Amino acid sequence: MKAKIIITPKKAVLDPQGKTVQNALEHMGYSGIQGVHVGKYLEIDLAPGSDREAARKALDEASHRFLSNPIIEDYRLEIVD
Amino acid sequence: MRFAVIQFPASNCDQDAVHALRHCFAQDADLVWHKDTDLRGADAVIVPGGFSYGDYLRCGAIARFSPVMAAVQRFAAEGGHVLGICNGFQVLCESGLLPGALIRNRSLQFRCEHIHLRTVTPNSPFTRATPAERILRIPIAHGEGCFFADEPTLARLRANNQVLWEYCDAQGRVTDDANPNGSIQNIAGICNETRNVAGLMPHPERACEAILGSDHGRSIFEGLLATLRERAVPAAPVPAAIAA
Repeated sequence: MKAKIIITPKKAVLDPQGKTVQNALEHMGYSGIQGVHVGKYLEIDLAPGSDREAARKALDEASHRFLSNPIIEDYRLEIVD
Repeated sequence: MRFAVIQFPASNCDQDAVHALRHCFAQDADLVWHKDTDLRGADAVIVPGGFSYGDYLRCGAIARFSPVMAAVQRFAAEGGHVLGICNGFQVLCESGLLPGALIRNRSLQFRCEHIHLRTVTPNSPFTRATPAERILRIPIAHGEGCFFADEPTLARLRANNQVLWEYCDAQGRVTDDANPNGSIQNIAGICNETRNVAGLMPHPERACEAILGSDHGRSIFEGLLATLRERAVPAAPVPAAIAA
């Protein structure tokens, strides 16, 4: 079982990295791109036999306290087999 | 006065802070390792610049959970004075001791240069010794110093006069061109509501001697020292003759 956590900058926060990647994509001729947001992806391996709901609860807390900064980032947590 | 200068793995301005405190201000300054849980009777704490824990995850995010930070949190809660410089500012924001967050510079560049600072208010230990009209010329060296706070937080910071320093030009004008990193409202440094904890991205400890190109950082430490001395002097006992 794994946890997958995707962290992205909040919409209200300046994202110069996303903007620069967007400009580069447009420059390369990729059209129709409205916005790019560069974030982080964490993959966490869970010990065999972990309780799915307990893991979700603990990692949700960890994502809020530590893995993301709620002032500037949003996160999405997913537990997969 | 005794200063505790916190040392995380990959702090790199810890020695600069110790040097400034010892040699420019003749104070005691001890390095306190991140695994320590005791500030050893310090009168004030400096959280120095650097790249604590390699800036992994987010600047300051891992340092904030190191054992020594629990002691710094307690120290601050009891009214102790804490100054976070550069990465130290990031650590204090991550730890919730200061509001807001510091993100990647607008330019995406690491900026290493002297900038100008306007002191917004003398109403803090860190700004009280800086004459209102003096524009400070102090170095910065950071890639992630763009201060961000949401609207309600900004409104609160301004209402409580917690913004201590703003980036400005040599004439003191707060302009977008003078903003080296895209910080919201040119904010370079702030304090907490009780005004005993402050953080700023520029490096006053690297600007305490003319030989380093500027000694404009001195007034920040001089203000803090004046406050610490006042706190250290117990209220004078009322002479018996008067008390009677």
